[in-house]
This record gives sequence, structure tokens and C-alpha cells, in this order.
Amino acid sequence: MIHKYQYKDQYIVLDINSGAVHVVTYIVYDILDYYKEKPLEDIPELLYDRYGREDILEALEEINYLVENEMLYTDDSQVTMDMLEGRGAVIKAMCLHVAHDCNMTCKYCFGDKGAFEGVRSLLSLETGKKAIDFLLEHSGTRRNLEIDFFGGEPLMNFEVVKSLVAYGREAEKVYGKNIRFTITTNGLLLDDVKADFINKNMDNVILSIDGRQSVNDNMRRTVNNKGTYDIITENYVRFVEKRKGTYYVRGTFTRENLDFSEDVKHLADKGFKNVSIEPVVTDPSFSYALQEDDKEMILKEYDKLTDLYLDYAKEGKKFEFFHFNVDMNQGPCVVKRVSGCGAGTEYVAVSPEGDIYPCHQFVGNQDFKLGNLNDDHFENNRYDEFNKAHIYNKEKCRECWAKFYCSGGCHANAYHMNHDILEPYELGCELEKKRIECAIAIKAILSE
Amino acid sequence: MKNIKTIAKPTLKNTTSKGCGECQTSCQSACKTSCTVANQECENTKRR
Repeated sequence: MIHKYQYKDQYIVLDINSGAVHVVTYIVYDILDYYKEKPLEDIPELLYDRYGREDILEALEEINYLVENEMLYTDDSQVTMDMLEGRGAVIKAMCLHVAHDCNMTCKYCFGDKGAFEGVRSLLSLETGKKAIDFLLEHSGTRRNLEIDFFGGEPLMNFEVVKSLVAYGREAEKVYGKNIRFTITTNGLLLDDVKADFINKNMDNVILSIDGRQSVNDNMRRTVNNKGTYDIITENYVRFVEKRKGTYYVRGTFTRENLDFSEDVKHLADKGFKNVSIEPVVTDPSFSYALQEDDKEMILKEYDKLTDLYLDYAKEGKKFEFFHFNVDMNQGPCVVKRVSGCGAGTEYVAVSPEGDIYPCHQFVGNQDFKLGNLNDDHFENNRYDEFNKAHIYNKEKCRECWAKFYCSGGCHANAYHMNHDILEPYELGCELEKKRIECAIAIKAILSE
Repeated sequence: MKNIKTIAKPTLKNTTSKGCGECQTSCQSACKTSCTVANQECENTKRR
């Protein structure tokens, strides 16, 4: 399977099963329309009105070279059932909900404004330690583990966060593990004391902000219904000045700001080096939900964003946009590519009550509760279901060129939109394919 | 080659095992609703 597309003056060919990416001349791009459809000896005749015979033969020789060296039209024989479903019931990443409470009331919050359809609560230190023990005990031979402090708003329970980091650091030595801590925050409580601790202890920090003031304050408000832009921008600018490690400012775009490349620009102009703006996923009946007829505008917006990204790179104002990150040297291996995010198998979320769910997006949905930290024995009754929800079992993914880049999309999106984790969210697919094309085109252009 | 420049090698063909599993979980490692494995890197230093 190949996928070829044009981006401005770049002609790009992806060999799907090997991960190879080629930038080609127009003649090769043209020939590939016929290469598998017609006998090769007929191709010079088919294209005689466009190219000289010698040029066509030369191009054909180069294409043949790629095919013979397993760089084009490769098969997926390296993918085995073991890779797809045999990774074993190991848990290596946990989203720890330290607060089911929040000091903001973001309109689009998937977590019921922090309460996740339950009682507002904070994680106790005791339950948090049990969660860390649970992760360590179920991690098998995996050395690198991840704990993400999430919520609600984690900074509302910061003393527990600090104690859990200390506990984790001791426990990891006993088990011979390496825990990577990360945290997400809405920024309201991000003072210097918390910032110092975060900088010393968190490998990544997600700072939530939607972009321009009008956009951010339309959605992200305090419990008193005031805008948050001024406070959080000041806090974030101060924070990143001291930050040596990775961070991302991360926002959500909705139907109310389909011109979201302006929000990316706004954040980049503020000096933030790592930016992510992502599509809202919510009930389609909400006025701000993305609809099918927004698709064309969103795709054009990703084109604008690509131009912005490249212009800023040329002008010495380079920033990273999360969805344009793609590692052309290696990237994850095919095993990772087919297993996806690991939700429900190697990644779980834990609520303040110690309830265990497939991921943060399922927290509060009792149908998806996998167990509780106090259970004598943890038996993930959805393990098989999530383990089998890979690209080879999803009809739409099997023949999709993006399958090894996307890995089948978000299970929660699929479930919330289609009530079926085997049925990807279609608009999500279209946007993801566009982002991948942009990301690779950027690499092609920057490699010139 | 005159007509083709390869900017990513066919590395997906290299894997013959079950993978080491040491890479970051793709969703939570940066942003919460985008499970984009392609945005990740391989963390197995022996493979790099």
C-alpha cells in the first residue's frame, strides 16, 4: 500500500507497511498512478504526451530499485499476531486523578467540570500510595513507567502530589523502575513555589490555555464566570522562563474558533516554544461541537498552520506544534504502531475513590470501571476487548494509509461518537490524516 | 537518484520481536485527546 499526495511543490510518497517516505519528482508521481495497474512496458506509451521516453525509463528504473529493496509497495508480513495481541497484561502508565474538583468551569470539559459525574473529592495520600503500588506491582518487566497527575485541577491537591512524588521515588528504587511524572494544570494556582517543585520533579507539564484572550475567556472561566487569560498567561510566561525540561501549552479549538491557527500564532508570539491546539471532542448536540460541514475549513486551517510553522522556522522564531512532530529517523517500532495508546491494557486511569478505568476519558462511566485499588485481585474484564481493538480489527483502519501513524485513533472518541471502540470517529480520522500529511510535508520542505 | 529522495527509511520492517514497551504512552505524554503514536519517539537506546 502506498499513499501519495502533493503539498505545494512537494510530491510525497509514503510506503505504508515499511514507514519509508520518499520525496519524488512529478514524473515519478505520475507514473505511480499506473505502476501497479498496467504492464510496465506500456507506461512509456501511456505517458508519451507528457514526458520523453528516456526520462520515463530512468524514473521507472528508480521506482523498480525501491521495490526491489523493500522501500515501496512492501507488505506487512512483519506484523504478527503476537505483536498485535500478545504484549501481555502489563500496566505501565497511569493517569492519577488527584482531584475530582476544579476551580474553573470550562464549557467543553469532558469531566463534568471536574466532578466526573460523581461527588467532588480529592485523592487521599493513602489511596494515592495504593495507586503507585498498584502500578509498580502490575508493571511486569517494564522499567519506564508513567504517572500523570490529572483531574479536575491537580494543583488543588498539591500537597498530596508532592508526597506521592516522594513516595514514588522511594518505591521505584525497591522495584527497579524509573517513573516519569507529568502534570496537567489550568494554571490558576501556578505560583512560584509550585512551579519550583514541578520544574524539579515533572518530566512534562501541560499548561492549558486556548490561545487568544477572547477565545480562551469564552470557554475557560473561573467559578465566578470570569475570564482566566490574564492570570494564566502571566503564570505560564513566568513558569516557562525557569523551565528547563519539556512543557506544552495546550488548548482546545471548537466551532467557535475554527481559525485556530491564529491561536497557535498567538501562543507562539508569546514565546511558548511547544504548542498544541486540539479539536474538541464533545457531544455533537452542543453548539461549539465540530460538525462534518466544518471539515473543509479545518483542513484549510491546518494548511495555514503549516505555512505559519515554516515561516516562523525560517524567521528564527521556531516553535514546536505537537501534531507536527514526527520522527523521520526511527519513530516507534511497528509493535507500538499497532498497539496504539494502550488504554485499557497498559494504560489506566484511577479516580480519587481508587476506581480503575481504561483511561481518563472513561472515568465516571460505571460500565467501564475495571476494578478498584482495594480489590483483592485485579481482573481487568475489558482487557481482551481493548487489547483486540487494534488497527487490524477495525474495518476502517485496515485499508487506511494512516494506520501506522494514527494507530487506530482514540478509543474514547470512538465510543462516545459511535458507541463502539472498533468504529473510529470519522471526523477525527480526517483531521488526523491531514495533520500527518502536513507533518511529513514539513519534514520534506525542511530537508531541502 | 535523480527522481527520488528518501527522507524516512523503511524502519517498520526492522521489528521482529514483541517490542520493548519502554516508549511513552502516546496519549497522556503530552496532550490528552490525541492518540498519535506517530508523534512519539523510540526510547530504546539500543535501537537508535
